[in-house]
Amino acid sequence: MSLFVIGYYTLLLVVSCLAAYFNKRQVFLLAFSLTLVSFILGIVGGTGALKAVAICAGLLGLTAMVSYAFREFLIQMAESNVGMSFSNNPPVMYVCLIAPIIYCILAWLLGWRFGEFAFALIIIVILLIAMKTETAKELRTAPLTAAFGMFVIFTYAIAGIFAPYIAPHGEAEVISSAFAPADAEMLLGADQLGRDMFSRIVFGARNSVGLALTATVAAFVLGAGAGLLAATKGGWFDQFMGRVADVIMSIPSLIFALLMLSIFGPSTPVIICAVAIIYAPRVFRLTRAVAGNVVVMDYIEAAKLRGEGTGYLIRREILPNSTAPLVAEFGLEFCFVFLLVAGLSFLGLGIQPPTADWGSMVRENATLISFGDITPLIPAAAIALLTVAVNFVVDWMLFRSSGLKEQ
Amino acid sequence: MKKVKDQMMIDRLADAAREGRISRRSFMNYSVAAGMTASAATGLWGTSAKAAPSKGGNFRLGAHDGNTSDTHDPGTYVTFSMIQVAHTFRAYLTLIEPDGTLGPDVASEWSATPDAKEWTFKINENATFHSGAKVTANDVIASMNHHRGEESTSAAKALLADVVDLVDNGDNSVTFKLGSANADLPWLMTDYHLPIIPANDDGTANWQSGDGCGPYKLTSAEFGVNYTFERHDGWHLEGAYFDAVEVIVLNDPNARQTALVTGDVDAVTQLELKTLALLQRDPNLLIDNVPSAAAITMPMLVDTAPFDNVDVRNALKLSVNREELIEKIAFGAASVGNDFHHSPAMPYWPDIEQRQYDPDQAKSLLKKAGAEGLEVNLSVADSVYSGAVDMCVLYSEHAKAAGIKINVVREPNDGYYSDVWLKKPWCAVQWGARPTPDVMYSLAYKDDAAWNESRWKNPRFNELLRQAKAELDDAKRAEMYREMATLARDDGGTVIPFFPNFVYARRKNVGHGENLAASWPCDGARAASRWWFEG
Amino acid sequence: MGDILGLVGKRLGLGLVILLVISIIIFFMVELLPGDIAQAVLGQGATEDNLAALRKEMGLDKPAIVRYLGWLSGAVTFDFGASVVTKEPVISLIGERFMNTLFLAAYAAVIAVPVAIILGILVALLRNSIFDRVANVATLTSISSPEFFLGYILILYFSVKWGMFPAISSLSEGMTLGELLQRTFLPALTLVLVVVAHMMRMTRAAIINLLASPYIEMARLKGTPPWKVIVKHALPNAWAPIINVVALNLAYLITGVVLVEVVFVYPGIGQALVDAVSKRDFPVVQACCLIFAATFILLNLAADVGAILTNPRLRHPK
Repeated sequence: MSLFVIGYYTLLLVVSCLAAYFNKRQVFLLAFSLTLVSFILGIVGGTGALKAVAICAGLLGLTAMVSYAFREFLIQMAESNVGMSFSNNPPVMYVCLIAPIIYCILAWLLGWRFGEFAFALIIIVILLIAMKTETAKELRTAPLTAAFGMFVIFTYAIAGIFAPYIAPHGEAEVISSAFAPADAEMLLGADQLGRDMFSRIVFGARNSVGLALTATVAAFVLGAGAGLLAATKGGWFDQFMGRVADVIMSIPSLIFALLMLSIFGPSTPVIICAVAIIYAPRVFRLTRAVAGNVVVMDYIEAAKLRGEGTGYLIRREILPNSTAPLVAEFGLEFCFVFLLVAGLSFLGLGIQPPTADWGSMVRENATLISFGDITPLIPAAAIALLTVAVNFVVDWMLFRSSGLKEQ
Repeated sequence: MKKVKDQMMIDRLADAAREGRISRRSFMNYSVAAGMTASAATGLWGTSAKAAPSKGGNFRLGAHDGNTSDTHDPGTYVTFSMIQVAHTFRAYLTLIEPDGTLGPDVASEWSATPDAKEWTFKINENATFHSGAKVTANDVIASMNHHRGEESTSAAKALLADVVDLVDNGDNSVTFKLGSANADLPWLMTDYHLPIIPANDDGTANWQSGDGCGPYKLTSAEFGVNYTFERHDGWHLEGAYFDAVEVIVLNDPNARQTALVTGDVDAVTQLELKTLALLQRDPNLLIDNVPSAAAITMPMLVDTAPFDNVDVRNALKLSVNREELIEKIAFGAASVGNDFHHSPAMPYWPDIEQRQYDPDQAKSLLKKAGAEGLEVNLSVADSVYSGAVDMCVLYSEHAKAAGIKINVVREPNDGYYSDVWLKKPWCAVQWGARPTPDVMYSLAYKDDAAWNESRWKNPRFNELLRQAKAELDDAKRAEMYREMATLARDDGGTVIPFFPNFVYARRKNVGHGENLAASWPCDGARAASRWWFEG
Repeated sequence: MGDILGLVGKRLGLGLVILLVISIIIFFMVELLPGDIAQAVLGQGATEDNLAALRKEMGLDKPAIVRYLGWLSGAVTFDFGASVVTKEPVISLIGERFMNTLFLAAYAAVIAVPVAIILGILVALLRNSIFDRVANVATLTSISSPEFFLGYILILYFSVKWGMFPAISSLSEGMTLGELLQRTFLPALTLVLVVVAHMMRMTRAAIINLLASPYIEMARLKGTPPWKVIVKHALPNAWAPIINVVALNLAYLITGVVLVEVVFVYPGIGQALVDAVSKRDFPVVQACCLIFAATFILLNLAADVGAILTNPRLRHPK
């Protein structure tokens, strides 16, 4: 009976008692059932098992605290009401947005430096514009899980954008022997060629998330655009687009991607196009359904009678009333794109090596899992964490907007 | 001969180690590879005193590389799993013995005229098809004609291009009449495309039926999935200890490995090299790491600038660190290449001084050629070899030290052999094992060969090739091959970083003989007829 | 009822048109693939000589449109031709494999659908509790891992470490049903893990979506216990979206299982399709794709019919 075990049970019991005293039913149930489970675990697994439980609980607590702090930070930011000053001065807003966008595109095309910073600036400006008192009100309703999701997405964004500055080594740089264990130089050890795993994970954030994001956005632009048009115009256009979507959806996605990539060669633009084409019909269907419900509303009739054009109808009337389900769908599709790309790389058609991509990294070393080697688990965990985080945020948004009927 | 070769290899390794030319890790790997037979012998014979292999059991072999579109047509055999299957139920005129020598199969003996232009093969009296019919000269001729003539779609067409006529001598023997001398024709007959299949009445070969004259009868075949066999009683050779054999296609490396670990199969034809070290710890498995005659080549088109300058070619040959490639890409399971396409696992292997990684000399050669700051493209595809793209990336890292910039171009797998190979100025290729240097050189280094992948045309080399082909004296031939190797090494357009080993594994209860044939994985693809279950 | 039959008839007719369009798309995509059948069959061993002979033998010297029309005229009489490579009729080549695929899909569906719906109802009942959160994180993690990776992990534990199930699911003649179920348990479990999350989340969302409706409020105010509110009042109205997502996932179980087949060496139709693509074997690619598309269309139709049948308002239109 070591000091750790005594302390462990004491803490649990004290928490249970306090929870009971203050009539916190959930907390009491949790603490008390944990105590009971710990008895069994302690008998079966010894101190080691208890330590594992304690570490997990500690990690969970830490995550909760970080999420809490992050949420408070966001609320504070929002309450400063920076966004208002932007919306009051539209010219300033547009300049702040467009200048970095232009620089970013030029940097990408001409290979200028500091493209990352320009990109980061765009995102910061967008965030600042969103920082209004209303946002603060919304943020207060966010559960800790959603805050956690936002925190993870924020971290991934930083890692992806500033990858070359964060990663200690190059993404293709061979620095040690194959599968070298972790040390002070390499946080997560080396991969099969002796490249630093941590650096590759960081670069993977840029490549994989960048690819998945671009492809999902492309799918949404295509699918939602067509869906809104179809819902507004109706008639033969609606019918035609619907049948096109049926055709694409009836071809199994993996096979479609396989054919596309075999024909045009497995390069990143082709992967993005293939994925966009595969997922656009799903988005189309959803948008068509949601927008279809909106189109029959009286205020749309009124707008039509006013003589508004299709563009105005879509932009000002239909889109704002159907964003919630679209955002939810975005979260799920974003995750599916990762899996599709990983699946493609399993069939040998993924992103070009030596580019670091999480899906390919899982696949390259997947066989090692049979020997209890955790190398392939690291990129898989990176994918899983992001998926969970995105869906936490999506769940919150869904909860917030009760206007959701499907998906 | 294999003994001599092993000894030579071990001597060479010892030399290399003394001079500090090779790392401990590579040394261990090579010596295990060369001495593997000795350790296997200890394991198999040393512990227990059983002499003759016991009969019985159902042998399940997990084979890699199978496709639903595989067929029994020997002319289009292309996957490794079909090669395994072919050697299990079909038989060839001759075969490669475990010790690397040429042995009799359907042909019990063979002889040539002194000019090596006519070869006569005598058919084994005991050789029968599974249907019960005796193997006749007619069947042999039909089998060979399947790969000859305008109409033939066989991939072995080029191999038999020299055969002018096939004559049935009436005494159960067949004479091959050749357009030009070829001392290696009996070796050619071991090619996996050339099994003996029963003839139809019209003289065509009946490959569709799945009848053969090999050690096992085919009982069911689902292409790309699995094949089952039972023993063909009355097979004309010794062996075939298992009662039944099953070849299961396991394309996924993880599936192969776990199936072997859990005992769902008794042996697998290929292991993923990165897990080699981990698998070796499993006490239930025995891993065979056999130096082979397969090769990784990087042919440069010598008629295209900048590869038309021999100094540039040699500079590129000097700027690759072969030891590191073997350590990181082949995980030690390879023998080092020396830029001539003649592996230590082939007969007549000449021991020529190993070319070393020497960026300084490469630099001075480039200076001499006036090609400083050389920048070249190297095309490669994933399907060439596992880790092929990584291999080229490492090569380009090495070449940086010599001031050479190599851009690695990753080509799609599909159509690599039709759109890149023989067309792009520099690319990476994998060659399967060929039985003799003559076959290899005639296929890919002869000036007018269809697959002369570097377009290298050296008159002296071709003259020697022609002479060696007709030379029946082994010592003289070996001398000629030494000179040819030197020419290819110092003048040719092909970088050969290494010869990958065949690495396969079996459960502990599967035994095999002292030596393992190096022509295909799993004892020359004859595990079914050569291996057995221990007690 | 007549309405439903009319709808089914119309949708089936439309389905045929879609199949025709798909067959055209697939044919020309296969045509566009680099290299042709002859090169794919001979691989590295191809020379101009034997390529020409093989092309002639396979009938590749005819123009593409002629070959497509030839195939189409067979297909309308349900003769899907023979594989260009092996000369075997397509039906006998993929028939058995399709049955295997159906079996695996059914196996996975029998486990996954009830589990997903029951779990979905439970988490809707216990929404925002610890149980809800844990189920949420667990299912999200399971859909966010690549399938082949889930398969590898299951193999590691269930067959390598604990030896409960075989690592490869190769089938053989004369297996009893018990053996068959045991052999294919791991691939089925992998598929279950992949599809349960999506269906469960849908069930939960569909039910929770209804909880704010006045009639639910009414039931609750009457003092009906929470589980009864959900099962008796919310669930019947939530069937339409649930059936929809179930149909989508069933289609996935049949058409999207290539990776699971490769990992567990299961002789299904997906592997045959990938092989056929690599060999440019057009009739086989075509037949597989059409089977998949037909499955998808039929399941979608079934979902729509199911949605109508379970919804009284749609069943008896005003």
